[in-house]
Amino acid sequence: MNVLDILLWVVLPYVSLAVFVVGHYWRYRYDKFGWTTRSTQLYERRLLRWGSPLFHFGILFVLVGHIVGLGIPKSWTNAVGLSEEAYHAVAIGIGAIAGFCTLAGLAVLIYRRRTVGPVFSATTRNDKFMYVVLTATILFGLSNTVLGALGHEGADYRDTVSPWFRSIFFFQPQPELMSQAGLGFQLHALSALVLFAIWPFTRLVHVFSAPLGYLTRPYIVYRSRDQQLGARTPARGWERAGGGRR
Amino acid sequence: MRVMAQMGMVMNLDKCIGCHTCSVTCKQAWTNRAGVEYVWFNNVETRPGQGYPRTYEDQDRWKGGWEVGRNGRLSLRTGSRLKRLLTIFSNPIQPSIDDYYEPWTYDYETLTNAPVQEHTPVARPRSLLSNEPMKVEWSANWDDDLGGAPELTQADPVLRKISAQVKQQFEQTYMFYLPRICEHCINPSCAASCPSGAIYKRTEDGIVLVDQDRCRGWRMCVTGCPYKKVYFNHRTGKAEKCTFCFPRVEVGIPTVCSETCVGRLRYIGIVLYDADRVLEAASTPDEEDLYDAQRSLILDPHDPEVIRAAQQAGIPRDWIDAAQRSPIHALINRYEVALPLHPEYRTMPMVWYIPPLSPVVDALTATGHDGEDVGNVFGAIESLRIPVEYLAELFTAGDTERVTGVLRRLGAMRSYMRDLNLGRPADESIAAAVGMTGRDIQDLHRLLAVAKYDERYVIPTAHAEQGPEMEELDTGCSLDYEGGPGMGGWGPFGETSGGVTPIAVENFHMLARRQTTDTLAAPGDRDQRVNLLNWDGKGSPEGLFPPRPDEREGLHGPDGGGVGPDSPSATEPRP
Repeated sequence: MNVLDILLWVVLPYVSLAVFVVGHYWRYRYDKFGWTTRSTQLYERRLLRWGSPLFHFGILFVLVGHIVGLGIPKSWTNAVGLSEEAYHAVAIGIGAIAGFCTLAGLAVLIYRRRTVGPVFSATTRNDKFMYVVLTATILFGLSNTVLGALGHEGADYRDTVSPWFRSIFFFQPQPELMSQAGLGFQLHALSALVLFAIWPFTRLVHVFSAPLGYLTRPYIVYRSRDQQLGARTPARGWERAGGGRR
Repeated sequence: MRVMAQMGMVMNLDKCIGCHTCSVTCKQAWTNRAGVEYVWFNNVETRPGQGYPRTYEDQDRWKGGWEVGRNGRLSLRTGSRLKRLLTIFSNPIQPSIDDYYEPWTYDYETLTNAPVQEHTPVARPRSLLSNEPMKVEWSANWDDDLGGAPELTQADPVLRKISAQVKQQFEQTYMFYLPRICEHCINPSCAASCPSGAIYKRTEDGIVLVDQDRCRGWRMCVTGCPYKKVYFNHRTGKAEKCTFCFPRVEVGIPTVCSETCVGRLRYIGIVLYDADRVLEAASTPDEEDLYDAQRSLILDPHDPEVIRAAQQAGIPRDWIDAAQRSPIHALINRYEVALPLHPEYRTMPMVWYIPPLSPVVDALTATGHDGEDVGNVFGAIESLRIPVEYLAELFTAGDTERVTGVLRRLGAMRSYMRDLNLGRPADESIAAAVGMTGRDIQDLHRLLAVAKYDERYVIPTAHAEQGPEMEELDTGCSLDYEGGPGMGGWGPFGETSGGVTPIAVENFHMLARRQTTDTLAAPGDRDQRVNLLNWDGKGSPEGLFPPRPDEREGLHGPDGGGVGPDSPSATEPRP
């Protein structure tokens, strides 16, 4: 274990996660108005109709796969009698399908973004950078899955990447595990860490406004006129009168 | 009974001349910005016609509003909440920009840059979305005044509901204008479709607003609204809609569209309604009963029971007074001449219309009959089935009786008042024939024809103690447009991201800088804006004007060597 390992697998993860958490808090405080999906469906919908659901549903499955693969220790699945082969068959099967859906969707979306005039002119430099990092992460991840499916001799990620990932959250980081992992996994993890670090400053923040509350809230929202009209707090003695009503 | 107050509007279509002043002033006030070029909070449609966006009334296609299922329960036409969440990544029935129109500007620069040539240079249209040259093929009122009829009117969803024979004669017999704003529905389906809960109905006055900080751009409201009056700002990625000019209404002045209406055809006031019975009324099984159901929601503000309940609900006394004097309540429930637009959408809209009688009268006059004789008018209303059927599809879900009743009242008012104006004895039988008294007719005439400003607009004001806080609303900078010298423009995360700097904060910093600076009211560098609010009148603030040649002389000295590149010209003799 050398300095580079510590930098890459201890320092970088913590910096990245700290930026991720604090960045989101800051962005939400500073830029609620900019917190949106920035949909371009108004400009073009034929390509979007295929690309967007493919990508989004694909990546949701990928997310579930990562939660299972990184979060659940090998000993647990062994304990319930799930054999190593069965686990990998299921993981690689579902992972490959979801991954290819995601990649296909992303390809359609990027093609659309480049070729449809109004969509391209609504693309910022920030978006382009984010697309590069996101695509790199997905490509590295998917190539790991494919290599795994082909029986390539990479270390089992459940012995290296997963325990390392969990060790970060226990504040007992084990960088040596990561340095044993295959190059593909290392690249995937690194690009993901970069992605987490830029996440709060890109349009990806819309992930955290997934409107699950919609399923339970009443249909019509009633709200009283805001107590405070301007951006600054009213001076003492100048607050709105009447409390509830006006 | 749970009493709530609702701001509403009534438009008297007889008076609309289709001048689009309301649309233009509204646009100047609210949507004169990048990203909302195609957005018309107020638009005026020629009927029959496709409307804006094209064929928005075809709910089989656009799935706006509510429907009652077989089990009698009210649900959104787009389906369940879960279904909406599952289609969130690509809304299958959101209108695209082609259903509105592609906004454009003209290439004005070629007019000044073009080389000398035989023909006058032309400023060609360019798309505001892609910046490419484009062909202008549609706009917000492309079929104005039946332009393009009969081909374009064939696609009118309302017309398609009427029989084929009617369709053919239509354009020869009838045309009128329909100004539209957001309906500020009592049962808004846009709010119900919003996954983020950003669209809300204000408890005080029922105005439906979009919270720009909570909107996440899921676009479900655009589909949910059957009137297609929620628009998507394609630059900020947020939904925007008519605000009923709430900053104006709060201080007791009418909306921009009403204030500037040339025909003075708009009426604003509040009504009190029973919020507990909204769901029941909106679930009325038969569509033709929805008009009555909504009217029954609206409470009589003179009823002591209602007044007591309103006071218990915290509605202030001046609002109850305003409800009693409300022209909206009078036109809807006392005279029963106002009708809701498309009650069959079950959103309980609160912008109502007095259907136009003028085309009937015009048709009569054209045939050589006296268009204001009560017998003739009543006969014509009965025999001119086409306008009545069309109006019924617009305003009463197809119930022609209701429309006929309103038109007869309007016709009776004309005949009755003509007798009075010509000095003839009033014919009370005319009033009785439409179930009114002469007194009623004169009151209605005063409200509709004389239409005094303070009778058209009865708007209870917000209270004086709000004054200081309102400053912030009114002190936006006029230089704050895209690319302008103001504070606006692209933030780090795209269009207009980041918070707005309150003008007070800005002034504080400017003042502090001026108090500590060495020079007189000098901004540090020329790129900064010149804030005249802090200019103390001494000298002229640097950066406001380019330096004069003689000032340059003074600065550099007439004989000085090594002056700027323009020094030779400064030393040349002048005439």
